[in-house]
Amino acid sequence: MKKILKYIGKYKLLVFLPFVFLFVSIVLDLMQPFLSKLIVDRVLLNKENSLLGIILVSLAAITLVRVILGYFREYTLDCLGVHVATDIKNDLFDHIQTLSFKYFDNMNTGELMSRLTEDVDNIWMALAFGISLFIENSIYFIFAAAILLYLNWKLALISLCIMPILAWLAIKLEKDIEKAFDKISDHAVHINTTAQEDISGIRLVKAFAREKHEILKFLNLNAVNYNLNVEKSKIWGKYYPLIEFLTNISIVLVISFGGMLVIKEDISIGTLVAFNGYLSMLVWPMRMMGWLTNVISQANTSAKKIFGIMSTKADIASKQDCIKPSEIKGDITFKNVSFKYNNSYVLKNINLNIKAGSTVAIMGTTGSGKTSLVSLIGRYYDVTEGSIEIDGKDIRDLDLDILRSSMSVVFQDTFLFSDSIANNVAFSVKKSSEQSIKDACNMACIDDFISSLENGYDTEIGERGIGLSGGQKQRLSIARAMIKKSSILILDDSTSALDMETEFQLLKNLNSLKNKPTTFLIAHRISAVKNADIILYLEDGSIKEYGTHNSLLAMKGRYYQVYSDQFKDYEELEYTEELA
Amino acid sequence: MPRNTTSKDEDTLKTSKSTLIKRLISYMKPFKLKITGVIILMIIVMGINLVNPYLLKEAIDTHVTNKNYNGLLIIGIFFSVLNVLSMFLSRIRINILSEVSNKIVLNIRQELYTHIQKLSFTFFDNRPVGKILARVVGDVNSLQQLFSDSVTNLIPEILTIICTLFLMFSMNFKLTLAAVATLPLLIGGLFFIETFSRKRWQTYRKKRSNLNAFIHEDFSGIKVVQSYNMQEKTSYSFKNYCNSMMSSFIKAVRLNDFFWPMVELCSGIGIVLVYWSSIKLVNTGSISIGTLVAFTAYISIFWRPIMNITNFYNSLITNFAAAERIFDILDTKPDIENKGSEAIMPLINGNVQFKNVSFGYDNGTKVLDDVSFNVKPGEKIALVGPTGAGKTTIINLISRFYDTTKGTVLIDGYDIKNVELESLRSQMGIMLQDTFLFSMSIMDNIRYGKLDASDEEVINAAKAVNAHDFIMKLERGYETNVNERGSRLSVGQRQLISFARAMLADPRILILDEATSNIDTQTERLVQNGIKKLLYGRTSFIIAHRLSTIRDANRIFYVKDGKIVESGTHKELLAKKTAYYDLYMSQYKFISQGA
Repeated sequence: MKKILKYIGKYKLLVFLPFVFLFVSIVLDLMQPFLSKLIVDRVLLNKENSLLGIILVSLAAITLVRVILGYFREYTLDCLGVHVATDIKNDLFDHIQTLSFKYFDNMNTGELMSRLTEDVDNIWMALAFGISLFIENSIYFIFAAAILLYLNWKLALISLCIMPILAWLAIKLEKDIEKAFDKISDHAVHINTTAQEDISGIRLVKAFAREKHEILKFLNLNAVNYNLNVEKSKIWGKYYPLIEFLTNISIVLVISFGGMLVIKEDISIGTLVAFNGYLSMLVWPMRMMGWLTNVISQANTSAKKIFGIMSTKADIASKQDCIKPSEIKGDITFKNVSFKYNNSYVLKNINLNIKAGSTVAIMGTTGSGKTSLVSLIGRYYDVTEGSIEIDGKDIRDLDLDILRSSMSVVFQDTFLFSDSIANNVAFSVKKSSEQSIKDACNMACIDDFISSLENGYDTEIGERGIGLSGGQKQRLSIARAMIKKSSILILDDSTSALDMETEFQLLKNLNSLKNKPTTFLIAHRISAVKNADIILYLEDGSIKEYGTHNSLLAMKGRYYQVYSDQFKDYEELEYTEELA
Repeated sequence: MPRNTTSKDEDTLKTSKSTLIKRLISYMKPFKLKITGVIILMIIVMGINLVNPYLLKEAIDTHVTNKNYNGLLIIGIFFSVLNVLSMFLSRIRINILSEVSNKIVLNIRQELYTHIQKLSFTFFDNRPVGKILARVVGDVNSLQQLFSDSVTNLIPEILTIICTLFLMFSMNFKLTLAAVATLPLLIGGLFFIETFSRKRWQTYRKKRSNLNAFIHEDFSGIKVVQSYNMQEKTSYSFKNYCNSMMSSFIKAVRLNDFFWPMVELCSGIGIVLVYWSSIKLVNTGSISIGTLVAFTAYISIFWRPIMNITNFYNSLITNFAAAERIFDILDTKPDIENKGSEAIMPLINGNVQFKNVSFGYDNGTKVLDDVSFNVKPGEKIALVGPTGAGKTTIINLISRFYDTTKGTVLIDGYDIKNVELESLRSQMGIMLQDTFLFSMSIMDNIRYGKLDASDEEVINAAKAVNAHDFIMKLERGYETNVNERGSRLSVGQRQLISFARAMLADPRILILDEATSNIDTQTERLVQNGIKKLLYGRTSFIIAHRLSTIRDANRIFYVKDGKIVESGTHKELLAKKTAYYDLYMSQYKFISQGA
């Protein structure tokens, strides 16, 4: 709650103005009965008809002013709410973006979405609805209490004596209902995540004709959501009528006790009548306490979730006294690097020495640690043991922004945005020109295809590149890597869906680059890796073989096996040629 | 349907207000009884609340003035009892009401979700997931409030208005007319506000949906964002999305916030009018001052329910846009749907026939052009050709993910348009290009292929595709959670899991769309051997770039520019020395040269 107040504090004017508007409105409101009394007493009874015009005009004027103030009060409060909500959203979003890969590995997109939308909305609603309610009722309560105390302090104390009970109820209500809101909020995440996953994977659902299964799964979640909401309402149903009852009872107490005082002639009957008139002004705010507690509890629960994320520190970040080199050349050294993921070793004792501008090809069976090895370079994960140095400096001492800005990575999961092709390619750079986009696409052998489209580079693609073939998606993400001239390039199995000819041409383009980046290339085809400066063969997280194409062939080890396996396909070539 | 991207506002159909209201009301129909109950309870509670002031007046006027302690006590007790009753009734009302309103929301959400499951690929191809989610979650949520207190309040409020009007008219006709004279002004004003604010709320909903889509996309692609260190860029876009949502909201409330003041204005002027016209009446003696005082008291009783109704109307307008967006999806007809008269596809033998099939997406580009072929049961067909030639489209048509533009697809002689979808697809094992795994255990992911499979069956399927070994090496074996989209595993491993999933489904027709492209050659060979037995006698279609995967096929289709250019066995095609031969030869060249 305190943290939310800090956000509100930024908009002092938007809090102050509605408060003033409200105050003036209430004062005007209190004047109205007085004017009515004037009409009755002076105009109607005393026949001072000349006064009528003035009174009616001032009555109309009061209404008009109240209306105008009322409008601006609502409007400023709405502005306050939406501004604070937007600020919280921005901060939360920026914070989430700093968190590391490990965090996202274990966090579903649906959950983050839920926090950024529904939870922020809850705070928003509380601000828009709660603040005005709070201010309005506080003012009424204070006014009414003051007047009542002035009229008769004994009766006033009696009418206030239920206050402690109400406060106690409100505290209990808050405790109970916050638990309910907590469950609802967590379950909303569940629903969100499930719906998000199911819709993202709808093609799979349909391929297996599992629509009914998914509908049922959702129905179960939906039913739990229903139960939780009904449960919450039951808590509300338990407390609110009780609060209402107590406030009514306080009226009875006042009238009965006041009646006795009148009978005893301690007070006049007029006082009692007046007292009764102001009592409702005191009782309403007390009832509203229930509503307020409800709204605040919900906002509080959501705030806890949001600030929970905000307090998660990114476990990979630049050191305070990090080195900020003006340029990264691209010499890379792995020194006894080991890496553990979820407590089991994925990489063991890797030693490498790679000169800037050279190409390292990595082969190995599925799950042998190829991707892990390259994801350590950009510090997507930190090494468990040993160290990685770029240009002789431990990457953990380098400024993270500079490190990552000097790299282009194409992941094995191609990811494209639902945006135009041009914007997708230009995503990796701050500034781009039509020509630079076209050049990058040329390099990635995708320009011909794009130009053949009706809208060319402005063609809009669907989320994750829907509408493109696997090979087209891969080439676009390579183009996105190429437009950014980095000193380190990592291609993680990102040519797998290309036909051999395109792959060949693309790699050829890369090799003929003038300022060739230090390149890591994970691939399965011999044709792709053959001309690399260094070829690694990984097995179970260790480097099994290391060398060039020729030296590895001579070793007659794993690489040789892969080579002959793939080459075998062509052995019968002469035979077929003879056949022809 | 044009494609919608994150930054573009969606188009929604315009629906008339009355249709929307009718539709919303139709959701309340199943709860007629409960809603009536709630209304009756409300009337009782409201009645008690009306009696309260009367009792107080009685206490003061009769008993206090007459110094009657007992009478005072009796009224006090009576009052308390009445309010205890009202407390219990309120509690019951709150509970029933929450059941009803939550149930309605549950029904709408479930109906929407069920409908979405029926929609075909085109629907999903053309909109970001985040925008669909915005409707299932956000838009439905915003209807909740509409269905809770507000609707059931409506009837008691209207009753109050009628009663007070009746009382007022019976007191004085002219004064009543003066008091309600501003009502037309109010109604006109509200209509005016509504007409303009509705469009603004629509815009707001759309901006919200855009923001949702952006968040979804950004977090889905967070690794790309971070690896290019583009957090600043996305943060900037995020702020833009937020700001345009914010300004659309402010624009909407700028108009909408006139609602309350309008009511206050009209009631205030009403009172002025009453006083003004009362002067003559009092002077001529046609009404007493007491009547006038009572009358002004009634005016405020009259306007309070009007304020509440206006409030309801306001939330109706605010949420119309949300309702519209929900109904918009519900009204979208699936392109591919069971007509109800289809036959159930019997056990598939495996004959697949294309008769002059052409296919184009909405924008008119032709992807397949007059393709015909006939595949015998048990044949293994490999599709090769340059990327974007139409290979994936051919197999998408076999599983009826899309309908042909021209021509027919027959399986065992059945036109697939005439068989029930589920009976068709449940007999196919399809491995899509984009491997998708759910964030659940490996065991459950494989079991998705056959929901009632035993653990042993799952493990056997994993063994067949050579996935067992790596699974056992994971810290929790088959119980390891693979995280969203399977991100815990490498793409190759994901492909193996989805392969196991397809095998477990025991499909009559197997379709592999670059299903093994990220698996290394050795593992692939092991997979091939593992599934040979399983595939025996089943028709299969395979798209692949690796020759080792292709060459054993019974027939190879070379696809280019939406046509099957040539087909035959590996040897036959090589002997032809045309397209396939060229591909083969160039690969030989690449392998010997290297890139």
